[in-house]
Amino acid sequence: MTNEKNYMYKSWWKILSVLLLVYTFTGGLLMKVPELPALDETIRNLYFHVCMWFSMMILFTISVVHAVRYLRTLDPKYDIYSRQFVVVGIVFGILGYATGSIWMSYTWADPNKPEYSFSAIAREPKLIGAAIALLIYFAYLILRDSITDMDKRARISAVYNIFAYAMLFPSIWIVPRLLPSLHPGGEGGNPAMNFKDVAGSMRVVFYPAIIGWTLLGVWIATLKIRLVMIKEKRLMHR
Amino acid sequence: MQKFKNVFFLLACMLFSVLLLAQNGSGKSAFGNTMRSNGRIYVVVAVMLTILAGLILYMVRLDRKITKLEKEN
Repeated sequence: MTNEKNYMYKSWWKILSVLLLVYTFTGGLLMKVPELPALDETIRNLYFHVCMWFSMMILFTISVVHAVRYLRTLDPKYDIYSRQFVVVGIVFGILGYATGSIWMSYTWADPNKPEYSFSAIAREPKLIGAAIALLIYFAYLILRDSITDMDKRARISAVYNIFAYAMLFPSIWIVPRLLPSLHPGGEGGNPAMNFKDVAGSMRVVFYPAIIGWTLLGVWIATLKIRLVMIKEKRLMHR
Repeated sequence: MQKFKNVFFLLACMLFSVLLLAQNGSGKSAFGNTMRSNGRIYVVVAVMLTILAGLILYMVRLDRKITKLEKEN
């Protein structure tokens, strides 16, 4: 069972994740940030809120890679990988939503200002797009866990996973960037990754933060994968 | 694993010695001054790092437990 070559059992990347997160928490709070109108110090949320979404996208990407690998090899191991990465991706997505709702209440959607009515916020293309993407992944879990036949479940959910991933493109990467929006970022390009959008002093923390948060997500996912593997093995030996 | 333990222990010892060196002779500790400077943002940093440390320790414990379970199988 314990395959020493597997990355899941290595500790260097877990340590790297912890170090990068400690750096994110200290550097993210203490290092200088550019002075921006309306945002002020809240721009530091870039290291936390935005990183949640980046981690979610990377985890969903890992998941779809495993789904394709499952369809190529029909090895049930990849099916388990694929599912657990989706679950952790969803958790990060929900955290991104929760943190975003706090951040926006004090910046572009201040409830104390009458021009930011509920209907204006409800029509936000970025929020709707992200909600669609997350709901499609919720449907993935429901679909997957409602099928009892193991092979059928693995195959159908792998195919659905590819469709769900394909839906990420219009729902969070294309449509929200074409429509006018109160939510900043992504006007005519990729938000945060664009060198003109993020000041150099912030990129020093931002990129390590993305790596740190993503590695933490991968760590949680691998723990869940290992637990499921143990369970499956016990079922087989019974 | 033992090697990592040793490295961590060494690092921890070094960190604690930094705290001890930070004590200056003026009666008040420099550490306390740091915590009160800059609008007390360091207090927030300390709180957030404590939460992070707690979560990471929990993850490490889970990891160890699962490794043990895997060896039992």
